[in-house]
Order: sequence, then C-alpha cells, then structure tokens
Amino acid sequence: MSQATLRIQKISGHAGTVPGEDTQREFTVCKLVDTTTCIGCKACEVACVEWNDMPFSQTTFDNTYQTMPDTRWNYWNLILFNEHEREDGTLQWLMRKHQCMHCAEPGCLEACPADGAIVQYTNGVVDFQQDHCIGCGYCVTGCPFNIPKFNNVTKRMYKCSLCTDRVSQGLEPACIKSCPTGCLHFGSKDDMKFLAEKRAKQLRDHFGYENAGVYDPPGVGGTGVIYVLHDATKPELYGGLPSNPTIPLAVKFWKHPLKWLGNVALVGGLIGLFAHYLKFGPKAHDESDAASKEGD
Amino acid sequence: MSHPEQLLPHGRVLRYEFKERMNHWVAAGSFIYLMLTGLAFWSPWLFWIASALGGAELSRMLHPWIGLVFFVSVCYMFALWSSQMNFDSVDAAWWRSLNHYIRNEDDKMPPAGRYNAGQKLLFWSFFIGAILLLASGVVLWFTESLPWSLRWVRYISVVVHAGTALLLIGNFMIHIYMGVFAERGAFGSVIRGDVSLAFAKRYHPGWYKEIVGNSDRSK
Repeated sequence: MSQATLRIQKISGHAGTVPGEDTQREFTVCKLVDTTTCIGCKACEVACVEWNDMPFSQTTFDNTYQTMPDTRWNYWNLILFNEHEREDGTLQWLMRKHQCMHCAEPGCLEACPADGAIVQYTNGVVDFQQDHCIGCGYCVTGCPFNIPKFNNVTKRMYKCSLCTDRVSQGLEPACIKSCPTGCLHFGSKDDMKFLAEKRAKQLRDHFGYENAGVYDPPGVGGTGVIYVLHDATKPELYGGLPSNPTIPLAVKFWKHPLKWLGNVALVGGLIGLFAHYLKFGPKAHDESDAASKEGD
Repeated sequence: MSHPEQLLPHGRVLRYEFKERMNHWVAAGSFIYLMLTGLAFWSPWLFWIASALGGAELSRMLHPWIGLVFFVSVCYMFALWSSQMNFDSVDAAWWRSLNHYIRNEDDKMPPAGRYNAGQKLLFWSFFIGAILLLASGVVLWFTESLPWSLRWVRYISVVVHAGTALLLIGNFMIHIYMGVFAERGAFGSVIRGDVSLAFAKRYHPGWYKEIVGNSDRSK
C-alpha cells in the first residue's frame, strides 16, 4: 500500500543496510481492542472494506455472529465470535477483532525472500508492498497469527495495512474511526498500554474479572494491536488467539543457523574444490595404456 | 558378461548411450535452473540471480514446474541406472581407500565397476533428495491452501526443502568438479558418449573387464 511519508526500519529479503534507517523518530503506533466492550456490530469490518476499496465479499452464515470463517485477501478485519460456557454454566459471548497484529518482530518479514515486499515502518506498522511481492507464500509460514492471504489471480499476498495511507497523514485507521462503542482506540504504544492496563485493573477491581489483563505477547516483541481480555490467562478462547506466539522455530532455524551453516558449507566447498585442483590437479591417465597391454 | 558391442573403433568404448546422455542433460539443465532460482530465494545477497533470470515472480512461477521436470528425469535415471547402483564389497573397500582417490592415486584404488562408490552415493543422494524436494516442494507450491491446523507441515517443509537442496548443491559441486575438471574424459563421455579404453581401465577396471572380457580386441 502507500508508503506516503513514512520511513522504513526493516525490509524483507534485503541485502545490506536499510536506507534511511534512524533518520526519523516516530511514535510506535498501536491499536487497542477492548474485547469487553465490543458488541460485534461489524462496523469496523465494513469500514475496512470501504476505505481500502475492496469489493463486497460473500459472507458465510454458521449460526453464530461471525461474518465468515477466516479473513480473506480482500477482507482484512474480522470479528471472531465464540460462545463460551463458563465453569458455573453461564454463557459468555467473546468477540475479538482479528487482523494483522503488526508484530515488532514480524515472522512474515523474516520469512520473506523478496526484496522490499514486506517493510516495517519506523512507526511499527508492517506493510506488504504488492509490487515487490512474488507470491511465494513464505509469509504464511512465518506468521504465527494466520494473517497473510493469497490472491490467486494477482498471485500476491495481502493483509491489513493498518491504514498506512491514513496513519501517515495523521488520521486514525478506518476501523477505529467507525467503532460506535469506543472499544477501539488508536495512539502511541505507550499510551495504549497505559489505557489498556487501566481498563484491565478496572475490570479486576470493579467487575469481578479477576483474570482480566492485557494481551501484548512478548514472543514477537510485542504487537501493534493489543487486547484487553476478560480472562488473559485463556487467550485461545478468543478465536484461537495464541497464548505465546513466536516466529515458528522452523523459520528461525531455517533463516539463522541453517542459513549460516549452508553458506559456510557452500563457500567452503567451492574453496576446497579449488584448493584440491591447485594441490593435486586433474587425475591423469596414460592414454597409451589402452588395449595394447590388456588381454593378458 | 562380456559386452563387446560397447567397444568402438580407435580404442574407444561406449559409456553412455543416447537416452542416458539426453536424460542426464534434462536433469542437469533443470537442476541448474532450480539451483539458481532456489539460491535467489535462499539469500538476499543472491536475489539478483532471479532478476537476471527474468524476475523473481517468473522464478517463483517456473521453479515448481521445472522441479517436476527434474523429478521425472531423476525417475528415468532410476529406471536406467538403479540396478547398477547397489553397493557391494568393492565399494566398502573403495571408501576405505578414499584417501588415495583424493590424492589421485587411482592405481591404489580397488577395482570399481561401471560406477565407483562415490558415483553410487551421488546417484542415491539425488534420487532420495529429489523425492524429499518434491514432497516438501508441493507443500510450498500450494502453501496457502494448507489449513492452519496443518501448519506444522509447512514448518517441516521449509526446513526439509532448504536442507535437502543444500546437500544436493554440495554433491552437485563435487560432481561438476569431478566430471569437468578432475577426470579428463569424463565430460566427453556424457556429451559424445564414449571414453578411451585407457580411461575405462584406469577408473573403472571392473567395468573394463566386463566389456573387454574374453574378446580378442586387445590384439
């Protein structure tokens, strides 16, 4: 999507330094989703589709309040619905706004081989650049939240851009703008953390949610979307929010030890073969030692 | 066991017939393309290779299809050569003498047949490697179609694909070095198909004996 005036701090598949790195200071931006005040109205879903100019997408009715089973390449923002039965037998409706988490350490960017197809701006937003995307799908493997989605026609990957075009102009993302209950907030990461902790404390102290807390998983360096949950000890209840997301071990192994080992082995092998030739030269055989002596 | 029909005029002997040579080069051409585009995706420092080959999107599109060509070619190789690739007692002795082989002291090597132990290992590494690359490669080809609950298959695939490719590239480098630089006459054998009797006798004495056998060619 549009880079507007944003500076970049991380580039996927990029050899060498990041141009313009550290030339500009920015607040790390953050969305705060207070799941305790979400009413599942889907205004944010519609606002997202509208602002990002995406076509109407077929919905799926599955006897819940969820629009469709999963996000799509052209449906980046989805309220996941779960009717949770508590231990005392009462029901609780859990609704979570599901979209790209804009990880501080993005697994998609780590896995991406295409130079500049995924960037992280100085404000923390992780953005796909479709004009550099090669459609390999490695970001799908790298992401711990199941976010990047493939368009089979354009052969490129898509996801929430955190309304980069709006944010870079000082506006809040479209989803935040549309929320009628005030369960969505947008601002600097520090401010949102403060607000979230305050709300969690309020829930613990005054509403009887003794496990209420903030979801800002450290395994991915913290996220650009944080949640206030009624029960922060069971994030899985909220549409499978992973309790301790990290970049998959296989991706870390592939992109670090295996890469170094492989590079050293390949370059070492080339040097070794060349050295062998210098030391021992080619195998030599006497062409006159042909059939003349054989047959004896 | 004598194969005098493989003896050619002027002290030459047929090592690879047309179908073997043709298939070898289908495998070689496809492997080189796969290696180059694969390396482009392997490291940002090599991404330019994909640009040189028509852009990374094209590489991403063609790599799986060329991979299928490579796999079919390796299967045909299996059909052609697998019966000659069983390890035997000579091969065990051959490994023990590897030190001499490296030092080009081929007169001290146990008598290899049509293929020496190193060539047999290369063959099996490529055959097993091709299967692993195909299995993991299909997952990466259609990676977005895999449901989230099976994401561990993706995790295994990226590691298996890269690890296997690295091993095969290593073997490929040794293969190129042996065939093109180290063993004079080997490259010609896979282009024109023949080697000299001296070559056969020096590097593949078992095979040499098999062909010359009791024929009176030596006169």
